[in-house]
Amino acid sequence: MGIDFIIAAIITVVGLTTPILLAGLGELVVEKSGVLNLGVEGMMLVGAISGFAVTVYTFNPWFGVLGAAAGGALASLLFAVLVLQLNSNQVATGLALTIFGTGISSLMGLSFTGRIVMPFASVFPDALAKHEYLRLIFGYSPIVYFALIMVPLTTWFLKSTRAGLILRAVGENDLSAHSIGYSVIKVRYAAIAFGGAMAGIGGCYFSMVITPMWAEKMTAGRGWIALALVVFAGWRTGRLLTGAYFFGILMALELYAKASGFSFLPSQFWAAMPYAMTVVALSFISSRGTAGANAPACLGKPFLPST
Amino acid sequence: MTMISRRTLFKGAGAATLATLASPALAEDKVKVGFIFLGPIGDYGWTWAHNKGREAVEAELGDKVETIYVENVAEDASAIPVLRDLAQQGCKLIFTTSFGYMDQTLEVAAEFPDVKFEHCTGYKRSDNVATYNSRFHEGRAVLGTIAGKMTKSGVVGYLGSFKIPEVVLGVNSFALSAQKQNPAVVVKVLMIDSWFDPPKEAAATETLINLGCDLVTTHTDSPAPLQVLEQKGLFGFGQGADMSAFAPNAHLTAIEDIWGPYYIERTKAILEGTWTSTDTWDGMIDGEVVISPYSAAVTADAAAAADSVKAGYMDGSFNIFTGPIYDQDGVERVKAGEVMGLGDLATMDWFVKGVESAA
Repeated sequence: MGIDFIIAAIITVVGLTTPILLAGLGELVVEKSGVLNLGVEGMMLVGAISGFAVTVYTFNPWFGVLGAAAGGALASLLFAVLVLQLNSNQVATGLALTIFGTGISSLMGLSFTGRIVMPFASVFPDALAKHEYLRLIFGYSPIVYFALIMVPLTTWFLKSTRAGLILRAVGENDLSAHSIGYSVIKVRYAAIAFGGAMAGIGGCYFSMVITPMWAEKMTAGRGWIALALVVFAGWRTGRLLTGAYFFGILMALELYAKASGFSFLPSQFWAAMPYAMTVVALSFISSRGTAGANAPACLGKPFLPST
Repeated sequence: MTMISRRTLFKGAGAATLATLASPALAEDKVKVGFIFLGPIGDYGWTWAHNKGREAVEAELGDKVETIYVENVAEDASAIPVLRDLAQQGCKLIFTTSFGYMDQTLEVAAEFPDVKFEHCTGYKRSDNVATYNSRFHEGRAVLGTIAGKMTKSGVVGYLGSFKIPEVVLGVNSFALSAQKQNPAVVVKVLMIDSWFDPPKEAAATETLINLGCDLVTTHTDSPAPLQVLEQKGLFGFGQGADMSAFAPNAHLTAIEDIWGPYYIERTKAILEGTWTSTDTWDGMIDGEVVISPYSAAVTADAAAAADSVKAGYMDGSFNIFTGPIYDQDGVERVKAGEVMGLGDLATMDWFVKGVESAA
């Protein structure tokens, strides 16, 4: 088992991790603002087709990523109008967004089935990107670096900026934030749109990087793993990064174990691992008595200032 | 063509009843044929090919038929209400196009004795349930022959879905054919427990490549593995349909599933009232399994060997499951000169020598 082998395995793990990391980061910010959006899977699919379609038309993957972000954000705004303006139930609306996103992405994708684009691969020169060892650092799509940069940026935003503080205040106690003059609705709109854009970019990682094509339902449930990831991480960005890679390693481990001929555990066990680990992490967190401190207090509750 | 989702199906059932009341004559003119599909019709693989078959029925029989299909039907109890609804909508013939619908098909068929059902790749039949299948393994023998000629590392990947007879047959046919060209070939099997999961199919292909495979064939439904192979400059095969558009360089050839003729034949049998419960297992000779044109990358040597396998199946002179065949542990399972019958093949659950697999 040489160094090449390990590098190739790590590259596979990065590929598995990046989409859930992006979508998870977006959802974390949404949940920090007190909104639970279960529509991640749907937004990822809309992002996947939007990014692909824009790339087909513009031949420019950078525009494609922007298109994916816009597509995901637009889809999320639909959710935002329903839950913020009409105070609809967030859980039900989020699930509806997933169903809607699945359907609308299939519809949008009808004329794109069977087409391909150039994969949005590394922008570094081949001497670095395809180098035997250096590809470990330079061999990825720009989206991978974007995801990694967004982790400290989101942390900094939430912890150290005024806007981040307001967002957290809105998520912890919307009525108080409202009473001192912050617009709860506007903050939540922004957070939801950010979450949609990030899910969209996560989705286009499938349609533009891993497999540069469009196929219906191609995210195959990764949105749900991203949702589990946010809970697993206890709404902390650092832990979200660790958790995403932990899930990615688990997914790769399943494949490597099976391809190497190990069958010590049934594959269903591996498939259930991310969710099982989330339950374990939740139990662990709550046994230490900090779960209440981590989960935003207003998570999933409608904002009703008049009552 | 009527396109429906599982949700609008209920509405559709109501509307169909109304339509029947309003114009009974019209409703009797057309025979309704239903299909349930495992994946989306845009998967460019398994479901796509079945949908092509459905379209062929409409093209051939025109006004005499109306086809209805439901996509993305899970292989669990949720298939039961979907089937019931199709039957209640007046379908006289319903095709259930995946192995996992077997028991659900029989259950609903028992409730609707006047409706005929056709279950794909299964082995349980009743008075109104027929089964049909393709001898995909004949196509796999052609692919295996090419793989055996073209692999340099001697390690070939086989990306599978589940360990069911159809996939086991495919693996064995592929491995035996590759070993005929190069006895040292090892086939690494990786089952991903899904028919359609592009990200997982892609990651699994990367895994197989990293474990030394320089050629990967797929028994899952999306073109994702081919796209990974394309990016790595390696080779593979299309599954269910010609997938060369997705990977112009990596795509050597493909097994195309041609269901149209069978679907037309069975629908005609309903129109003529001659339908009986049968067990059909057609292959290359019947035009149900077709090999796509070879790409330029297929060497002349490999093409010649593949053509002779193809010709052997077309005139019935060749069968890859001819002994001696040894299992993974080296035990002789088929004696020299013996040929495995279709009955044995349909229940094959062991891998041949040279196959590396988990369980």
